[in-house]
Amino acid sequence: MTLDEMPRDRRGVVTALDTRGAERRRLMDLGLLPGVSISAELRSPLGDPTAYEVRGTLVVLRGHQARTVHVELEDR
Amino acid sequence: MRGPGGGTEDLPTPRPGPSQDTHDSHDAAPGCASCALSTGGARLARLGLAPGRHDHVVALAGNPNTGKSTVFNALTGLRQHVGNWSGKTVARAEGGFTYGGARYRLVDLPGTYSLLSTSADEDVARDALLFGQPDVVVVVVDATRLERNLPLVLQIRQITGRVVVALNLVDEARRHGLTVDARHLTRELGVPVVPMAARRNEGIPDLLAAIAQVAGTEDAPAPLRLVHKDPALEEAVTELAGRVAGRFPGVPNARWVALRLLEGDPGIEAAVRDGTLGELATPATPVERAG
Ligand SMILES: Nc1nc2c(ncn2[C@@H]2O[C@H](COP(=O)(O)OP(=O)(O)OP(=O)(O)O)[C@@H](O)[C@H]2O)c(=O)[nH]1
Ligand SMILES: [Mg+2]
Repeated sequence: MTLDEMPRDRRGVVTALDTRGAERRRLMDLGLLPGVSISAELRSPLGDPTAYEVRGTLVVLRGHQARTVHVELEDR
Repeated sequence: MRGPGGGTEDLPTPRPGPSQDTHDSHDAAPGCASCALSTGGARLARLGLAPGRHDHVVALAGNPNTGKSTVFNALTGLRQHVGNWSGKTVARAEGGFTYGGARYRLVDLPGTYSLLSTSADEDVARDALLFGQPDVVVVVVDATRLERNLPLVLQIRQITGRVVVALNLVDEARRHGLTVDARHLTRELGVPVVPMAARRNEGIPDLLAAIAQVAGTEDAPAPLRLVHKDPALEEAVTELAGRVAGRFPGVPNARWVALRLLEGDPGIEAAVRDGTLGELATPATPVERAG
Protein backbone atom coordinates (compact mmCIF):
# COMPACT_ATOMS: atom_id res chain seq x y z
CA MET A 1 0.00 0.00 0.00
CA THR A 2 1.05 3.61 -0.17
CA LEU A 3 1.48 5.96 2.77
CA ASP A 4 -1.79 7.84 2.19
CA GLU A 5 -3.69 4.54 2.65
CA MET A 6 -1.98 3.56 5.90
CA PRO A 7 -4.39 3.37 8.86
CA ARG A 8 -3.71 5.81 11.65
CA ASP A 9 -3.30 3.24 14.41
CA ARG A 10 -0.59 1.29 12.61
CA ARG A 11 3.09 1.68 11.79
CA GLY A 12 4.65 0.85 8.47
CA VAL A 13 8.09 0.39 6.97
CA VAL A 14 9.01 2.32 3.86
CA THR A 15 9.77 -0.11 1.04
CA ALA A 16 10.17 2.16 -1.99
CA LEU A 17 9.79 5.70 -3.27
CA ASP A 18 7.96 5.85 -6.57
CA THR A 19 9.21 9.24 -7.69
CA ARG A 20 12.34 10.74 -9.17
CA GLY A 21 14.43 13.85 -9.20
CA ALA A 22 13.85 16.69 -6.77
CA GLU A 23 10.70 15.16 -5.24
CA ARG A 24 12.55 11.97 -4.39
CA ARG A 25 15.51 13.89 -3.01
CA ARG A 26 13.25 15.93 -0.72
CA LEU A 27 11.52 12.84 0.67
CA MET A 28 14.87 11.20 1.38
CA ASP A 29 16.16 14.36 3.03
CA LEU A 30 13.11 14.34 5.30
CA GLY A 31 14.13 10.85 6.41
CA LEU A 32 11.85 8.71 4.24
CA LEU A 33 14.32 6.04 3.20
CA PRO A 34 13.66 2.37 2.51
CA GLY A 35 13.67 0.44 5.81
CA VAL A 36 12.59 3.38 7.95
CA SER A 37 9.58 3.01 10.26
CA ILE A 38 6.75 5.54 9.90
CA SER A 39 3.27 6.26 11.30
CA ALA A 40 0.49 8.72 10.48
CA GLU A 41 -0.01 11.05 13.44
CA LEU A 42 -2.24 13.94 12.47
CA ARG A 43 -4.53 14.21 9.51
CA SER A 44 -6.07 17.49 8.51
CA PRO A 45 -9.85 17.29 8.00
CA LEU A 46 -9.59 16.41 4.33
CA GLY A 47 -6.62 14.11 4.88
CA ASP A 48 -4.25 16.43 3.05
CA PRO A 49 -1.74 17.32 4.30
CA THR A 50 -0.91 14.68 6.90
CA ALA A 51 1.80 14.74 9.57
CA TYR A 52 3.83 11.57 9.89
CA GLU A 53 6.24 10.52 12.60
CA VAL A 54 9.55 9.37 11.16
CA ARG A 55 12.93 9.14 12.90
CA GLY A 56 11.65 10.96 15.95
CA THR A 57 10.23 14.01 14.18
CA LEU A 58 6.91 15.02 12.65
CA VAL A 59 7.10 15.48 8.89
CA VAL A 60 4.19 16.99 6.97
CA LEU A 61 3.46 15.55 3.53
CA ARG A 62 0.94 16.41 0.85
CA GLY A 63 -1.28 13.68 -0.53
CA HIS A 64 0.54 13.60 -3.84
CA GLN A 65 3.82 13.01 -1.99
CA ALA A 66 2.39 10.34 0.33
CA ARG A 67 1.03 8.44 -2.67
CA THR A 68 4.57 7.92 -3.96
CA VAL A 69 5.78 6.29 -0.71
CA HIS A 70 5.26 2.53 -0.60
CA VAL A 71 4.93 0.97 2.83
CA GLU A 72 4.45 -2.46 4.36
CA LEU A 73 2.43 -2.60 7.59
CA GLU A 74 4.43 -3.61 10.65
CA ASP A 75 3.07 -6.40 12.85
CA ARG A 76 1.11 -5.11 15.78
CA MET B 1 44.44 20.34 21.72
CA ARG B 2 41.04 19.78 23.17
CA GLY B 3 41.36 20.76 26.80
CA PRO B 4 39.78 18.69 29.52
CA GLY B 5 37.43 21.60 30.05
CA GLY B 6 35.19 22.22 32.98
CA GLY B 7 37.13 25.17 34.35
CA THR B 8 35.40 28.51 34.47
CA GLU B 9 38.51 30.15 33.08
CA ASP B 10 37.61 28.53 29.79
CA LEU B 11 34.39 30.46 29.49
CA PRO B 12 34.16 32.91 26.62
CA THR B 13 33.98 36.62 26.95
CA PRO B 14 30.80 37.79 25.27
CA ARG B 15 31.57 40.49 22.83
CA PRO B 16 28.74 42.17 21.01
CA GLY B 17 29.74 41.83 17.40
CA PRO B 18 29.90 44.62 14.90
CA SER B 19 26.45 43.59 13.76
CA GLN B 20 24.27 41.89 16.26
CA ASP B 21 21.13 42.66 14.37
CA THR B 22 19.09 39.54 14.36
CA HIS B 23 17.51 39.93 10.99
CA ASP B 24 18.79 39.84 7.52
CA SER B 25 20.30 43.23 7.07
CA HIS B 26 22.03 44.31 3.96
CA ASP B 27 23.66 47.27 5.58
CA ALA B 28 25.29 45.35 8.39
CA ALA B 29 28.75 45.18 6.92
CA PRO B 30 30.96 48.17 7.41
CA GLY B 31 32.69 48.86 4.12
CA CYS B 32 36.37 48.13 3.94
CA ALA B 33 38.00 50.00 1.11
CA SER B 34 41.43 48.55 1.78
CA CYS B 35 40.18 45.00 1.97
CA ALA B 36 41.50 42.72 -0.71
CA LEU B 37 38.13 41.05 -0.42
CA SER B 38 36.16 44.18 -1.11
CA THR B 39 34.37 42.78 -4.13
CA GLY B 40 33.68 39.41 -2.58
CA GLY B 41 33.03 41.35 0.58
CA ALA B 42 29.69 42.61 -0.64
CA ARG B 43 28.59 39.11 -1.29
CA LEU B 44 29.99 37.77 1.95
CA ALA B 45 28.12 40.58 3.69
CA ARG B 46 24.88 39.41 2.16
CA LEU B 47 25.69 35.96 3.44
CA GLY B 48 26.25 37.37 6.90
CA LEU B 49 29.94 36.65 6.79
CA ALA B 50 31.27 40.13 6.15
CA PRO B 51 34.90 40.83 6.82
CA GLY B 52 35.18 42.77 10.01
CA ARG B 53 37.10 43.01 13.20
CA HIS B 54 37.42 39.36 13.99
CA ASP B 55 39.93 36.60 13.43
CA HIS B 56 37.64 33.70 12.66
CA VAL B 57 34.10 33.13 11.40
CA VAL B 58 32.17 30.26 12.97
CA ALA B 59 28.81 29.09 11.55
CA LEU B 60 26.23 27.19 13.62
CA ALA B 61 24.32 24.68 11.52
CA GLY B 62 22.08 21.70 12.25
CA ASN B 63 18.61 20.23 11.94
CA PRO B 64 15.68 22.35 13.16
CA ASN B 65 15.22 22.55 16.94
CA THR B 66 18.54 21.00 18.02
CA GLY B 67 19.62 23.94 20.20
CA LYS B 68 21.65 26.06 17.77
CA SER B 69 20.36 29.34 19.16
CA THR B 70 20.86 28.06 22.70
CA VAL B 71 24.51 27.37 21.88
CA PHE B 72 24.73 30.78 20.21
CA ASN B 73 23.38 32.47 23.33
CA ALA B 74 25.72 30.53 25.61
CA LEU B 75 28.74 31.60 23.57
CA THR B 76 27.83 35.22 22.90
CA GLY B 77 25.74 36.21 25.89
CA LEU B 78 23.15 37.47 23.42
CA ARG B 79 19.54 36.42 23.48
CA GLN B 80 18.40 34.84 20.29
CA HIS B 81 14.93 33.45 20.03
CA VAL B 82 14.74 30.00 21.59
CA GLY B 83 11.66 27.82 21.87
CA ASN B 84 10.55 24.26 21.55
CA TRP B 85 9.34 24.23 17.98
CA SER B 86 11.10 24.24 14.64
CA GLY B 87 11.81 27.15 12.37
CA LYS B 88 12.36 29.87 14.98
CA THR B 89 15.49 31.17 13.37
CA VAL B 90 14.58 32.20 9.83
CA ALA B 91 17.51 34.43 8.96
CA ARG B 92 21.03 34.60 10.20
CA ALA B 93 21.86 36.18 13.51
CA GLU B 94 25.36 37.25 14.37
CA GLY B 95 27.33 37.87 17.48
CA GLY B 96 30.87 37.64 18.68
CA PHE B 97 33.04 36.38 21.50
CA THR B 98 36.71 36.22 22.30
CA TYR B 99 38.50 33.10 23.37
CA GLY B 100 42.18 32.41 23.89
CA GLY B 101 43.01 35.91 22.68
CA ALA B 102 41.25 35.46 19.31
CA ARG B 103 38.08 37.22 18.23
CA TYR B 104 35.34 35.11 16.74
CA ARG B 105 32.28 36.07 14.82
CA LEU B 106 29.47 33.56 15.31
CA VAL B 107 26.62 33.13 12.83
CA ASP B 108 23.42 31.35 13.94
CA LEU B 109 21.72 29.74 10.94
CA PRO B 110 18.18 28.45 10.36
CA GLY B 111 17.71 24.72 10.86
CA THR B 112 18.03 22.49 7.83
CA TYR B 113 17.72 18.78 7.12
CA SER B 114 19.79 18.86 4.00
CA LEU B 115 22.06 20.83 1.73
CA LEU B 116 20.50 19.16 -1.28
CA SER B 117 16.81 19.98 -1.45
CA THR B 118 15.96 23.11 0.41
CA SER B 119 13.17 25.43 1.40
CA ALA B 120 13.67 29.21 1.51
CA ASP B 121 14.87 29.17 5.14
CA GLU B 122 17.15 26.27 4.40
CA ASP B 123 18.65 28.17 1.48
CA VAL B 124 19.95 30.78 3.92
CA ALA B 125 21.84 28.06 5.77
CA ARG B 126 23.05 26.32 2.67
CA ASP B 127 24.36 29.46 0.98
CA ALA B 128 26.22 30.54 4.09
CA LEU B 129 27.88 27.13 4.38
CA LEU B 130 28.65 26.74 0.69
CA PHE B 131 29.65 30.22 -0.35
CA GLY B 132 30.52 31.90 2.93
CA GLN B 133 33.38 29.53 3.68
CA PRO B 134 33.37 29.87 7.44
CA ASP B 135 36.58 28.89 9.24
CA VAL B 136 34.65 26.45 11.40
CA VAL B 137 31.20 24.90 10.99
CA VAL B 138 29.70 23.76 14.28
CA VAL B 139 26.99 21.22 13.50
CA VAL B 140 24.61 21.01 16.46
CA VAL B 141 23.03 17.56 16.61
CA ASP B 142 20.30 16.13 18.84
CA ALA B 143 21.78 13.21 20.81
CA THR B 144 18.30 11.66 21.14
CA ARG B 145 17.77 11.59 17.35
CA LEU B 146 21.18 10.79 15.92
CA GLU B 147 19.82 8.73 13.05
CA ARG B 148 17.92 11.76 11.79
CA ASN B 149 20.75 14.22 12.45
CA LEU B 150 23.75 12.42 10.99
CA PRO B 151 22.86 12.75 7.29
CA LEU B 152 23.37 16.52 7.47
CA VAL B 153 26.70 16.03 9.27
CA LEU B 154 27.83 13.77 6.44
CA GLN B 155 26.66 16.25 3.82
CA ILE B 156 28.57 19.05 5.49
CA ARG B 157 31.62 16.80 5.81
CA GLN B 158 31.46 16.39 2.04
CA ILE B 159 32.01 20.09 1.54
CA THR B 160 34.47 20.79 4.36
CA GLY B 161 36.68 19.19 6.97
CA ARG B 162 36.56 22.28 9.19
CA VAL B 163 33.77 20.84 11.31
CA VAL B 164 33.03 20.42 15.00
CA VAL B 165 30.02 18.32 15.99
CA ALA B 166 28.21 19.64 19.07
CA LEU B 167 26.44 16.57 20.40
CA ASN B 168 23.72 18.50 22.22
CA LEU B 169 20.87 17.46 24.49
CA VAL B 170 22.89 14.73 26.19
CA ASP B 171 20.83 15.51 29.32
CA GLU B 172 17.69 14.46 27.43
CA ALA B 173 19.49 11.41 26.11
CA ARG B 174 20.52 10.45 29.65
CA ARG B 175 16.91 10.77 30.78
CA HIS B 176 15.97 8.27 28.11
CA GLY B 177 18.77 5.95 29.17
CA LEU B 178 20.81 6.66 26.05
CA THR B 179 24.53 7.22 26.00
CA VAL B 180 26.32 8.14 22.82
CA ASP B 181 29.88 6.99 22.23
CA ALA B 182 31.34 10.36 21.28
CA ARG B 183 34.88 9.03 20.83
CA HIS B 184 33.69 6.43 18.38
CA LEU B 185 31.75 9.09 16.48
CA THR B 186 34.84 11.30 16.43
CA ARG B 187 36.79 8.47 14.81
CA GLU B 188 34.06 7.73 12.27
CA LEU B 189 33.53 11.34 11.26
CA GLY B 190 37.15 12.44 11.48
CA VAL B 191 36.24 15.62 13.37
CA PRO B 192 35.84 16.51 17.06
CA VAL B 193 32.51 15.49 18.64
CA VAL B 194 31.73 17.36 21.87
CA PRO B 195 28.97 16.03 24.13
CA MET B 196 27.03 18.89 25.68
CA ALA B 197 23.82 20.21 27.22
CA ALA B 198 23.81 23.82 26.08
CA ARG B 199 20.79 24.81 28.12
CA ARG B 200 22.69 23.90 31.30
CA ASN B 201 25.98 25.31 30.01
CA GLU B 202 27.43 21.81 30.12
CA GLY B 203 30.24 21.16 27.66
CA ILE B 204 30.72 24.77 26.56
CA PRO B 205 34.42 24.88 27.55
CA ASP B 206 35.10 21.73 25.52
CA LEU B 207 33.19 23.16 22.57
CA LEU B 208 35.28 26.35 22.70
CA ALA B 209 38.51 24.36 22.81
CA ALA B 210 37.42 22.31 19.80
CA ILE B 211 36.40 25.43 17.85
CA ALA B 212 39.75 27.06 18.60
CA GLN B 213 41.61 23.94 17.54
CA VAL B 214 39.83 23.70 14.17
CA ALA B 215 40.00 27.46 13.58
CA GLY B 216 43.74 27.44 14.20
CA THR B 217 44.72 24.34 12.27
CA GLU B 218 46.47 24.50 8.94
CA ASP B 219 45.59 20.96 8.01
CA ALA B 220 41.94 20.28 8.61
CA PRO B 221 40.79 16.87 7.36
CA ALA B 222 39.90 16.77 3.65
CA PRO B 223 36.22 16.82 2.71
CA LEU B 224 34.73 13.31 2.69
CA ARG B 225 34.84 11.84 -0.73
CA LEU B 226 32.02 9.64 -1.92
CA VAL B 227 33.08 6.96 -4.33
CA HIS B 228 30.32 5.77 -6.60
CA LYS B 229 29.91 2.15 -7.44
CA ASP B 230 28.50 2.93 -10.84
CA PRO B 231 31.58 3.34 -13.05
CA ALA B 232 29.76 5.57 -15.56
CA LEU B 233 28.69 7.95 -12.80
CA GLU B 234 32.13 7.91 -11.24
CA GLU B 235 33.67 8.75 -14.59
CA ALA B 236 31.20 11.60 -15.18
CA VAL B 237 31.82 13.04 -11.72
CA THR B 238 35.58 12.87 -12.10
CA GLU B 239 35.53 14.49 -15.52
CA LEU B 240 33.15 17.28 -14.54
CA ALA B 241 35.01 17.88 -11.27
CA GLY B 242 38.18 18.37 -13.28
CA ARG B 243 36.48 21.01 -15.38
CA VAL B 244 34.98 22.75 -12.34
CA ALA B 245 38.42 22.85 -10.73
CA GLY B 246 39.90 24.21 -13.95
CA ARG B 247 37.34 26.96 -14.21
CA PHE B 248 37.37 27.83 -10.49
CA PRO B 249 40.87 27.07 -9.21
CA GLY B 250 41.02 26.56 -5.47
CA VAL B 251 37.41 25.43 -5.06
CA PRO B 252 37.78 22.96 -2.20
CA ASN B 253 34.97 20.60 -3.14
CA ALA B 254 34.86 20.30 -6.89
CA ARG B 255 33.56 16.72 -6.73
CA TRP B 256 30.62 17.76 -4.63
CA VAL B 257 29.85 20.61 -7.01
CA ALA B 258 30.10 18.22 -9.96
CA LEU B 259 27.63 15.82 -8.37
CA ARG B 260 25.19 18.65 -7.71
CA LEU B 261 25.45 19.77 -11.32
CA LEU B 262 24.78 16.24 -12.53
CA GLU B 263 21.69 16.16 -10.32
CA GLY B 264 20.53 19.44 -11.87
CA ASP B 265 20.68 21.47 -8.66
CA PRO B 266 19.43 24.93 -9.71
CA GLY B 267 21.26 26.83 -6.93
CA ILE B 268 24.62 25.36 -7.86
CA GLU B 269 23.98 25.86 -11.57
CA ALA B 270 23.35 29.54 -10.88
CA ALA B 271 26.51 29.80 -8.78
CA VAL B 272 28.55 28.37 -11.65
CA ARG B 273 26.91 30.69 -14.21
CA ASP B 274 27.25 33.92 -12.27
CA GLY B 275 30.70 33.08 -10.91
CA THR B 276 29.68 33.01 -7.24
CA LEU B 277 31.39 29.66 -7.06
CA GLY B 278 34.72 31.39 -7.64
CA GLU B 279 34.40 33.00 -4.23
CA LEU B 280 34.81 29.59 -2.71
CA ALA B 281 38.40 29.92 -3.77
CA THR B 282 38.98 33.02 -1.66
CA PRO B 283 39.43 32.77 2.08
CA ALA B 284 36.58 34.06 4.23
CA THR B 285 38.99 35.00 6.98
CA PRO B 286 39.25 38.75 6.85
CA VAL B 287 42.36 40.43 5.61
CA GLU B 288 41.99 43.00 8.34
CA ARG B 289 43.34 40.73 11.03
CA ALA B 290 44.08 41.51 14.62
CA GLY B 291 47.75 42.44 15.02
N1 LIG C 1 17.11 19.58 27.70
C1 LIG C 1 17.77 20.40 26.90
N2 LIG C 1 17.09 21.25 26.12
C2 LIG C 1 17.79 22.06 25.31
C3 LIG C 1 19.20 22.03 25.23
N3 LIG C 1 19.59 22.93 24.30
C4 LIG C 1 18.49 23.51 23.82
N4 LIG C 1 17.39 22.99 24.42
C5 LIG C 1 15.98 23.34 24.17
O1 LIG C 1 15.67 22.91 22.85
C6 LIG C 1 14.72 23.79 22.27
C7 LIG C 1 15.23 24.32 20.96
O2 LIG C 1 16.34 25.19 21.17
P1 LIG C 1 16.78 26.32 20.12
O3 LIG C 1 18.09 26.83 20.61
O4 LIG C 1 15.71 27.27 19.87
O5 LIG C 1 16.98 25.42 18.83
P2 LIG C 1 17.39 25.85 17.34
O6 LIG C 1 18.24 24.75 16.83
O7 LIG C 1 17.98 27.21 17.35
O8 LIG C 1 15.99 25.83 16.61
P3 LIG C 1 15.59 26.47 15.15
O9 LIG C 1 16.17 27.84 15.06
O10 LIG C 1 14.10 26.48 15.18
O11 LIG C 1 16.13 25.51 14.15
C8 LIG C 1 14.49 24.88 23.31
O12 LIG C 1 13.32 24.53 24.06
C9 LIG C 1 15.72 24.82 24.17
O13 LIG C 1 15.51 25.31 25.49
C10 LIG C 1 19.90 21.10 26.08
O14 LIG C 1 21.12 20.99 26.08
N5 LIG C 1 19.13 20.32 26.88
MG1 LIG D 1 17.44 28.89 16.26
